[in-house]
Amino acid sequence: MSAEEPLLRVEDLRVEFPTEDGLVHAVDGITYQVHRGRTLGIVGESGSGKTVGSLTTLGLTRGQGARISGRVLFEGRDLLTLSEDEMRKVRGNDISMVFQDPLSSLHPLYSVGAQLTEAVLAHRDVSKATARARAVELLGLVGIPDPARRVSDYPHEFSGGMRQRAMIAMALANEPKLLIADEPTTALDVTVQAQILALMERLQRELGMAIVIITHDLGVVAEMADDIAVMYAGRIVETASAELVFSSPEHPYTWGLLRSIPRLGRSREESLVPIPGTPPSLINPPSGCHFHPRCPYAQPDHARIDPALEPVPGEPSHHVACLLEAGVRRALWAELRAGRMPEQALAAAGLPVEPA
Amino acid sequence: MSAAPDRAPAPTTPGATPAGGEPLVVVRDLVKHFPLTRGIVIRRRIGAVRAVDGVSFSVNRGETLGIVGETGCGKSTTARLIMRLLEATGGEVRFDGRDITHLKGHELKAVRREMQMIFQDPYSSLNPRKTIGSIIGEPFVIHGLEQGKGERKRAVQELMETVGLNPEHYNRYPHEFSGGQRQRIGVARALALKPKLLIADEPVSALDVSIQAQVLNLLRDLQRQLGLTVVFIAHDLSVVRHMCDRVAVMYLGKIVEIGPSDPLYEFPRHPYTGALLAAVPVADPTRHGVQRRLLSGDVPSPANPPSACRFHTRCPKAQPLCSTEEPLLVEKGSGTEAACHFPLTREEVAAIGVRSPA
Amino acid sequence: MTRYIIRRLLLGVVLLVVVSALTFVIFRILPTADPAKLRAGRLQNPKVIAAIRHDLGLDKSLITQFWLYMKGIFLHFDLGYSYYSTAPVKSLIADRLPATLSLTLGATVVWLLAGIPIGIVSAIKRRTLLDRVAMGGALIFVSAPVYWLGLILLYLFASDIGRFPLLPGANSYVGLTSDPLKWLTSLILPWLVLAATNAAIYARLLRGSLIETMEEDYIRTARAKGLTERRVVLRHGVRSAINPIMTILGLDIGVLLGGAVLTETVFDIPGIGRLNYDAITHSDFPIVQGTVLLAALFIILANIVVDIVYAYLDPRVRYS
Repeated sequence: MSAEEPLLRVEDLRVEFPTEDGLVHAVDGITYQVHRGRTLGIVGESGSGKTVGSLTTLGLTRGQGARISGRVLFEGRDLLTLSEDEMRKVRGNDISMVFQDPLSSLHPLYSVGAQLTEAVLAHRDVSKATARARAVELLGLVGIPDPARRVSDYPHEFSGGMRQRAMIAMALANEPKLLIADEPTTALDVTVQAQILALMERLQRELGMAIVIITHDLGVVAEMADDIAVMYAGRIVETASAELVFSSPEHPYTWGLLRSIPRLGRSREESLVPIPGTPPSLINPPSGCHFHPRCPYAQPDHARIDPALEPVPGEPSHHVACLLEAGVRRALWAELRAGRMPEQALAAAGLPVEPA
Repeated sequence: MSAAPDRAPAPTTPGATPAGGEPLVVVRDLVKHFPLTRGIVIRRRIGAVRAVDGVSFSVNRGETLGIVGETGCGKSTTARLIMRLLEATGGEVRFDGRDITHLKGHELKAVRREMQMIFQDPYSSLNPRKTIGSIIGEPFVIHGLEQGKGERKRAVQELMETVGLNPEHYNRYPHEFSGGQRQRIGVARALALKPKLLIADEPVSALDVSIQAQVLNLLRDLQRQLGLTVVFIAHDLSVVRHMCDRVAVMYLGKIVEIGPSDPLYEFPRHPYTGALLAAVPVADPTRHGVQRRLLSGDVPSPANPPSACRFHTRCPKAQPLCSTEEPLLVEKGSGTEAACHFPLTREEVAAIGVRSPA
Repeated sequence: MTRYIIRRLLLGVVLLVVVSALTFVIFRILPTADPAKLRAGRLQNPKVIAAIRHDLGLDKSLITQFWLYMKGIFLHFDLGYSYYSTAPVKSLIADRLPATLSLTLGATVVWLLAGIPIGIVSAIKRRTLLDRVAMGGALIFVSAPVYWLGLILLYLFASDIGRFPLLPGANSYVGLTSDPLKWLTSLILPWLVLAATNAAIYARLLRGSLIETMEEDYIRTARAKGLTERRVVLRHGVRSAINPIMTILGLDIGVLLGGAVLTETVFDIPGIGRLNYDAITHSDFPIVQGTVLLAALFIILANIVVDIVYAYLDPRVRYS
């Protein structure tokens, strides 16, 4: 990881929404950084808070009765303290966002060109003709064939992959320093997904921008991310470089994820090891460590103490929020990695086999 | 090609299972076209969406056949044709030795007892106004089995236990369950009549990653316990490989490659299969630098597919022959059949960047 | 698209013929006053009545009558003659049409100018006092009968009988060309009456439509682009939300052009609605036939126009 000042630094961000059923703790104190020119992958399932966290970064959760605290420092400025007008100057300009479903995320009644032109004119004082030319240029940049003609087409006249390219083009209109991509390829076929991810990598190299890619797909994050933050139930449970997360993960949730997905590199006979139980409610999250009800290695006091994100001994850039002792974790992972079941790993690591 | 030491030797003929026996499902030259019409007063047919355009394969008893492909390849339509939720425009579907292609009425209903389907969306495939007890028990009612309410309840609760649901939740409604649990309910309902064939159409695509493994394990266990024959449709290649003995790859309404899983994934013959495998993101950052050759462009419309070999417009190996003569599904080695005039060589497979099972 | 329009027009003609036939049959079958007897007036003896009957062509078979009527329309644009006044139906209708047009189209403008902004503001300021007052008021106007509202307004503001004589009262309509100012002022109260109910309906509809639209993903994208909230609401939100309103608007106009009977009666405006009403009371079939045909024509045209406009508003809609 580079030593320079991070482009984006999120510190202890908390977001709560009052709803009819109670207060939803969507984001429960997350801290992470994004460096210039690098890609951070945020991995999480539904209800992990990954999307709300990013929307809050851009100030898109304001005004829904949300209670937000913490700091979001972008180039040294705390975005949470900016007025709505100041924030508008950042959105689509310094920081842009790309969403999951390009068919519903593009306005169906305006041409793609019109929407791109609008993105340019929102932040640059140029003529409409110039903005339009820029729109054509952008479409070409993202690999859409015959851009001068396609610029007047409507979103429904594009294929899925091209639509996502158009969305990316729109996000890049004003050369943002940071691009946040929320599940950008989930709705796409696998060959198209590969094209889009390759496109994003190429654009990152050419434009030198930082990317935050939010996804539940470990394969995608392994392809794209330099650094990874794993989220569960509104908290970050582990952050490290991508290599470390896949080779020596420290958090039981990460272990669970890695062991539960079928991988082309593994034998077919090997069973998937699912994470038992279901994702927790964010209105009444479990006390203490949010993961303890589903953790095979949880101890009695894990239900009482909130784990803090702490560095792993020997790996200063690797942080984990787990109450198990570091040596115990290493032993457990060694067992799991060798193909043993959680119960066997517990026994081998010398922990009581009846967890809390 | 080396086989893993703790596995049974790979079958030598495609379509034969270790258990032997005649295939449960035989599909021959199956065709389904959806007409496109146009006209002022009289509607003229100007074309058709050729969803399934000449597909032949068989499913052996006790095996799991996976069907993979991207949007518009026709895999879901094929499943529905086997289930007779749709009637074929041409070709033949045989189930358990019988021709069911154009069955109707009573006879069709009787056959339907033997084949069941699990659907993709756990949120819309269960009737929200019925308790799960009545949802799972409905097949009994429809087919006139387990007449007594008490018997029915017991049978349903047994099914609930089999799929890992708490039998005491018999009277709860679907909205009280999570996505993964709802899929279990769907599985329980499908198993009620002890069908011979189970078709799973993207059963885990809508579920969270950590839940997917639960449902996949359940399906695998049930298949082994009950000796089910399963057709597993998915777009996730890793899931299909894990679950299926044999895999069929479809493109624009045709099967381009079919064969046992491991050989197919390790050494794909058809360039499309190669492209698919190369495109799958691998959960291993150290392999990130490996060069890959990606497919360009989009899938052509199934209403207007390319001539002869459907894939020739995007195929890096295409020659003039490919646009004039349609390749047939022919054995290319180690039990795999592929429909290609110029199948991939091992060097080409590596060059595309297919990440072989380590 | 052209083939689509041609097809719709052809179907429209067929529909008009069917509508005519139905009206024809209904009036001959239903027990209404016999027009021949009404015409005869004081000379109620069978011979005279039979003679009148023959004059009016009522002694021919139903089919022959209908055939002659259709021939008249398609070949000469002739809609027959009023039983009561022997004036040609065509010119009676043509005389009354401008008044109905003034009333209907003017009211449309008023209710759009009122309803749309109220709908938008209510949607944005959902659940605030402003929203509740607006929707509460809308509810009142939707429930208020048109004639009641008309009479109340006359009672309050009419120059002849009103408490606060501001505007001309009933029966003061004049054509646009004869006295523009009087034309305008005489229509203000009728416009308000006709517009009130519809403004309320449209405000509620737009509010609902806009609230739903603002939840769409593309609104989130628009905000993420850094657009001003005003632009997001108007250019992105309202642009989508207004489409279903347009459909209903076309149909509403089509129906009203057939004659806003109640309003025309209360304010004594010489429009098609009044014409129709009077004709019915006199069993004056040809006029009724003519106005029904006209109303059907307007509705069919309105439907076609609405569908065409919708295809322009929503590029995803394509007709073959």
